[in-house]
Amino acid sequence: MHELSIMQGALNQALCEARQSGARRIHEIHLRIGVLSGVVPDALQFAFEAIAAGTPAEGAALTIENVPARFWCAACEREFEAANFFAECPGCHACGGELRAGRELELTSVVID
Amino acid sequence: MCEHCGCGLPGAEPVTISDHHHEHEHEHEHAHSHDHDHPHEHSHGHEHDESAAAGEERRTIEVRRAILEKNNLLAERHRGFFRARGLLVLNILSSPGSGKTTLIEETIRRLESRLKTGVIVGDLATDNDARRLRASGAPVVQINTGTVCHLDSQMVGGALKQLDLTGLQLLIIENVGNLVCPASYDLGEDLRVVLLSVTDGEDKPLKYPPIFQSANAAVISKLDLAEACDFNRDMALANLRRLAPAAEVFELSAKTGQGMEAWCDYVLQQHQAAKTRDPLSV
Repeated sequence: MHELSIMQGALNQALCEARQSGARRIHEIHLRIGVLSGVVPDALQFAFEAIAAGTPAEGAALTIENVPARFWCAACEREFEAANFFAECPGCHACGGELRAGRELELTSVVID
Repeated sequence: MCEHCGCGLPGAEPVTISDHHHEHEHEHEHAHSHDHDHPHEHSHGHEHDESAAAGEERRTIEVRRAILEKNNLLAERHRGFFRARGLLVLNILSSPGSGKTTLIEETIRRLESRLKTGVIVGDLATDNDARRLRASGAPVVQINTGTVCHLDSQMVGGALKQLDLTGLQLLIIENVGNLVCPASYDLGEDLRVVLLSVTDGEDKPLKYPPIFQSANAAVISKLDLAEACDFNRDMALANLRRLAPAAEVFELSAKTGQGMEAWCDYVLQQHQAAKTRDPLSV
């Protein structure tokens, strides 16, 4: 994945929020990234450091919360967690459960002054 | 729509940020090898001094918005537009060279008298695909992304303005050849069609789970080369079933015509269903 443009998108949103609040600086940016989103947190961190320079977010802390993947098995009527796309229902071992969480790419909050 | 983050509010000119559609620095991404499969712990950025400076009053703004929200909103807007026009829209995805353009050429040729079709095709450079497709008589718009590795709804929107939509019943979007990034970008399509050519290998679905998992239809292409490649059909079908058990699977050769009728029938069927669907249904 191209973490640079994803991070750019998140930074743009954060700067927009900050501007609308009349903020001087952004101190923290909080993201929620699903483990199946295809986006690697370390790469986002690297990208952030590169692009935040010269913006009101320069020097801000980037915090990434990893969201585990959760699937729904219709046959067993249960939700289960898994680490990858090949998730087997622990009850019936069928694949292809409906993915309910784990692909998030979310700007959760920003801390400003 | 705010052009920077897609929110509904107008914005003043912000600080200098390079427009990601024009300047890409992809080089440093490829310098790292990343293991995508293991979950990460919290990764924190810089250490920073929490003590507030004089007059500094920090507050938290809860945002809770998808980073790709701008694309998602535009995709839904396009989706509404397509539905109101009774247009069936396909997003064709695959590795480079798996046969997307040939499949589209042959589909247009076979459906000529039955479905008026238009095409939007994305490549980094050249209009080779557009020229080939135009020879079939269909209206075609070529998007050159420069260095961007996927199509997004903003690009599709730009292409739609150039496409003659008069009487169109089917719109085929040929995405940039890439099994990774296009998976994340909704284009407002009705159906995601992912191609797997026999030369790609039967384990491709396992290697690129997100895109195959998102498929509504999977097409095994270049069937005429199966023997020469020692293609393991059973394994390919099992792998597709594992990632996308609800996807319709087609096996075909656009070159020889084998399997093309079943594929074209499917497209016609889907168009019928699209025509009778309530445009306001979710």
